[in-house]
Amino acid sequence: MKIAVASGKGGTGKSTVAANLALALSRDHPVTLADCDVEEPNQHLFFPGDPQTEQVYSSVPEIDTEVCNYCGKCGEFCQYGALAVLKDRVLFFPELCHSCGGCMHICPLYAIDEKDRSIGTLSVSKPHHNLRLVWGTLNAGEVLSGKVIGAVKEETDGDSCVILDSAPGTSCPVVAALDGCDVCILVTESTPFGLHDLELAVSLAGILNIPSGVVINRSDGSDEQVRSFCREKEIPVLMTIPFDRGIAAKQGRGILFSAGDPEWQEKFRTLGLECMKLAEWSL
Amino acid sequence: MKTAITSKNPGKDSLVEMRFGRAPYYVIIDSDTGTDTTIENPAASGAGGVGTKAVQLLLSHGVGTVITGQVGDNAARALEAAGVGVFEFREEGTVGQAYARHIEGNLPRIL
Ligand code: SF4
Ligand code: SF4
Repeated sequence: MKIAVASGKGGTGKSTVAANLALALSRDHPVTLADCDVEEPNQHLFFPGDPQTEQVYSSVPEIDTEVCNYCGKCGEFCQYGALAVLKDRVLFFPELCHSCGGCMHICPLYAIDEKDRSIGTLSVSKPHHNLRLVWGTLNAGEVLSGKVIGAVKEETDGDSCVILDSAPGTSCPVVAALDGCDVCILVTESTPFGLHDLELAVSLAGILNIPSGVVINRSDGSDEQVRSFCREKEIPVLMTIPFDRGIAAKQGRGILFSAGDPEWQEKFRTLGLECMKLAEWSL
Repeated sequence: MKTAITSKNPGKDSLVEMRFGRAPYYVIIDSDTGTDTTIENPAASGAGGVGTKAVQLLLSHGVGTVITGQVGDNAARALEAAGVGVFEFREEGTVGQAYARHIEGNLPRIL
């Protein structure tokens, strides 16, 4: 069972929802929380621990200057502009390289070899006996977030219950995180801006053929717009979290608001059950 | 010596484009013959590496000098390594006007 938590825009409290859900479900079952927001992973801040960390590599070209005759074929071929062939040298721009491997095949003199280059890290920790936390971190300036997200997903493959915290928005990294998930929770706020971004997220989940449900966060009580949109699209509103000073204060101190609060823990458990129902309905 | 000027449209009378890699056209003026040709930048609306691709395009046309508004870091590295001189023109003006200012020695060299 893979539950993705996404949102059309940043700052909706998506990570908090994912973290509280993971905490509640891990009381009874082993749960893996996978932080796929590799440009800004933050789940390890909610669950501090001692992680094991390894490098994530992508392969990049290495040019043998003894063999290369600066014919320019590799530079013409590379559609990402990562190679510039000058009269007497080949410049390589590692941050632009998408590791497609094409230049190695195109070189008539076989002057290009592959070498590994670290683009980020994969970390795994065990905050408590039933909870495994896996997160990826993309190095600053790198573009291949999909590669690091792939490493996170591979690490969690086969785990029975995985909650994936995706990057906000509806761009490539979000697609990479959502792809293959059984159900998607979309977190939104009850503002008009929130609604527009929710619409985009709903259509993305639709395109990927993933059943979705909505969580309204920091609700001020006037969510009629969001609710009628959900009714129209036949998407259930799974949970409403009110704007509450107590919740805000706890979060401000980096504490999960359901921790030590049986009532909220039960609500998040119910959210998990609703997700399971949604996923099965689509089978 | 061939000089490339980033341009919004083909020809010497069109306006100078400020961005180097995203320029839709480059007008290349050959100082030996006084003639100008326009080449299209196929990468102008591409996703990434537009600057370095533009450098390669210009090098393949034998360009030795560039006049433009601004150059990104990667493109600057490639232009510098290739020994291409870059001069800055940041006003509203046509390609022809920018080139004339350059010939008078009135454009600052940025690379
Ligand atoms: S294609 Fe091969 S020989 Fe040609 S410039 Fe590239 S590395 Fe050198
Ligand atoms: S591996 Fe692909 S993206 Fe990287 S330099 Fe070679 S052709 Fe360009």
